[in-house]
Amino acid sequence: MTCLPEQTTRSLGLVIDLDTCVGCHACVISCKGWNTENYGAPLSDQDPYGADPSGTFLNRVHSYEVQPDNAPAQLVHFPKSCLHCQDAPCVTVCPTGASYKRTEDGIVLVNESDCIGCGLCAWACPYGARELDLAEGVMKKCTLCVDRIYNENLPEEDRTPACVRTCPAGARHFGDLSDPDSDVSRLVAERGGMDLMPEQGTRPVNKYLPPRPRDSWQGEVDVLAPFLEPVAEEPRGLLAWIDKTLEKL
Amino acid sequence: MHPAPSIIAFTTFSGLGLGLLFWLGVDPEAPTGWIGFAFFLIGYLLAGGGLMVSTLHLGRPERALKAFTQWRSSWLSREAWTACAALIVMGLYAALLVFFGVQVHVLGWLGALLCLATVFTTSMIYTQLKTVPRWHHWSTPVLFQLYALGGGALLSGRVITGLVLIGLAALAQAGWWLGGDQRLAASGTTIESATGLGHIGRVRAFEPPHTGSNYLLREMVFVVARKHAQKLRLIALGLMAVLPALLLLLPFGHWLAAVAVLAHVAGVLVSRWLFFAEAEHVVGLYYGKR
Ligand code: SF4
Ligand code: SF4
Repeated sequence: MTCLPEQTTRSLGLVIDLDTCVGCHACVISCKGWNTENYGAPLSDQDPYGADPSGTFLNRVHSYEVQPDNAPAQLVHFPKSCLHCQDAPCVTVCPTGASYKRTEDGIVLVNESDCIGCGLCAWACPYGARELDLAEGVMKKCTLCVDRIYNENLPEEDRTPACVRTCPAGARHFGDLSDPDSDVSRLVAERGGMDLMPEQGTRPVNKYLPPRPRDSWQGEVDVLAPFLEPVAEEPRGLLAWIDKTLEKL
Repeated sequence: MHPAPSIIAFTTFSGLGLGLLFWLGVDPEAPTGWIGFAFFLIGYLLAGGGLMVSTLHLGRPERALKAFTQWRSSWLSREAWTACAALIVMGLYAALLVFFGVQVHVLGWLGALLCLATVFTTSMIYTQLKTVPRWHHWSTPVLFQLYALGGGALLSGRVITGLVLIGLAALAQAGWWLGGDQRLAASGTTIESATGLGHIGRVRAFEPPHTGSNYLLREMVFVVARKHAQKLRLIALGLMAVLPALLLLLPFGHWLAAVAVLAHVAGVLVSRWLFFAEAEHVVGLYYGKR
C-alpha cells in the first residue's frame, strides 16, 4: 500500500555536517559502487566514456557560495540524497505500490519488480532524490544501505550506510532520529540541525548541521586602513584631460 | 518540466475525446446508426489512443496493470480506474445506440460523469504536486475541464455551446498563466530554503555535482525563454479560441468547421506544451536554475 504508515517504530536516517564536509565526493563513489554491486538493479551509466556521459546516482554533492552582507563569502559543500521523509510525497503518488515507507525503521524503498517507471515519484520529490535508471526502466533511490545495516555477514563497524563508512572527514552520521538520546539526535540538538525546504511539508528524517560561524570583516579593519582609502574619485588635472580627450575620440 | 511529446499528446487528445464522449452521453437524442458510429469512433480513437500513448513514457510498460492497485492514495491509479470505467460504460451505451438504436439515458449520464471524472483525475496528477507550484492550484482542474468540455462540444457539432466554453477556457487560461507566473515566488521555496543556508547570507549555486547532465535535469529542469513564452501564449489563444470563433461565425460550412476544429486542437497542443515547458520544479533551485 502506498499510504504512509501513521508512525514508524524507528526513524533511521543521516545527519550531514555541512561544516565538516570537504566536498571530496567519496560518498558519491562508494554509494555508486555498493549499490551497483549489491541489492537491486545496478546503477547504469549512459555513454560513460563518450561525449555526453550521464548516469544514475543516489547521492550527489553540490557546492554553494554563501555571501553574507558583511563578511567573506563561504563555500559550502552540500551532499544530497533521499531524506527518508516522514510525510513522503513520493510514496503516496505511486500508482503501483512499488514505493513504500517501512513501518519498522522508516526507510523509504522502491520494490523494483513492481515499479512501472512512470517517474511520478521523482516529480513529487522536492529534493531530486529519485532517478529513473535508463537501462533498467525502474526508479532508483537511496536505500539507506538496507543491505548493509542489518547484514550479519559484515563486521560490525561496516553495518552503516556505505557513504557514512567511507566519509574521510566524518561529515556523515547514521542513527535513529526518533530516539532523542541517540548520538545523532544529540548532535542535531547541539548543532541546530535543520530540515531542507521545511515549507514543502515533507518532514524529512535526515538533518543538516549548518556551518559554524566563520570570520567576518568586522573588528579586523586595521588602524591604518583609513589611510588606504582611495584618494581621488574623479580624475583631476592631466588625468582629467586625458580622460576627456579619450572620451571624445 | 520536460515537455515530453507523449504526455502532451496524451493529455490533449484524451481530454478532447473524453469531452466528445461526455456530450454524446448527455445528448437527449444521441446520434444512432452509422453517424453515431462515426462520432463514437472519433471519441474512442482520441480518448483510447491518448491513453495508449501515455504508456509510451513508462520505463516498464509491460507492468502497466499494476497501476490499478493503489487507488486509495494515488491519483495516477485513480485515473487508470476512471478511464477504464468511462470507456467501458460509454462502450456499452454506444453499442446499444449504434447497433440497436436504443438509447439508455442513465448509461449515457453515468458514462458522461465518468468521462469528466477521468479528466479530473488526470488534472489532479499535476495539481497535487507541491513541487511544481505553477500546477499546485485549484484552477488547474478547472482549466482541464473547460478544455475538455469546449473541445468536445466543438467536435460534437455544438457550435454555440462550444464557442462559449472555449471562450471561457481562453479566459481561464489567460488567468492561469498570469497567476502561474507568481506561484513559484509565492510558494516560499527558494535556494535559501532548499539549502537551509539563508540565515548566513545570499546563496548561489557555485558548482553542480556533475559535469554532464542527469535524469533530474533532463526531466525537471526546462527553461523556456520568457520572450518566446509570451509569443507562444498568444499563438495558443489565437489558435484555440480566436480562429475557431471567426471560422464558425462566418456563414457556416462543413469544411470551415473542420478547419476550426483543427485550429482548436493545434492551439490546445501549444498551450499544453507551455503547461509543461513553463512549469518550474523546485529541484531546479538546487542547480541554481530559476
Ligand atoms: S527525499 Fe524525496 S525520495 Fe526521499 S522520502 Fe523524501 S520525497 Fe521521497
Ligand atoms: S516510477 Fe515506479 S516507484 Fe515511482 S511512482 Fe512510478 S511505479 Fe511508483
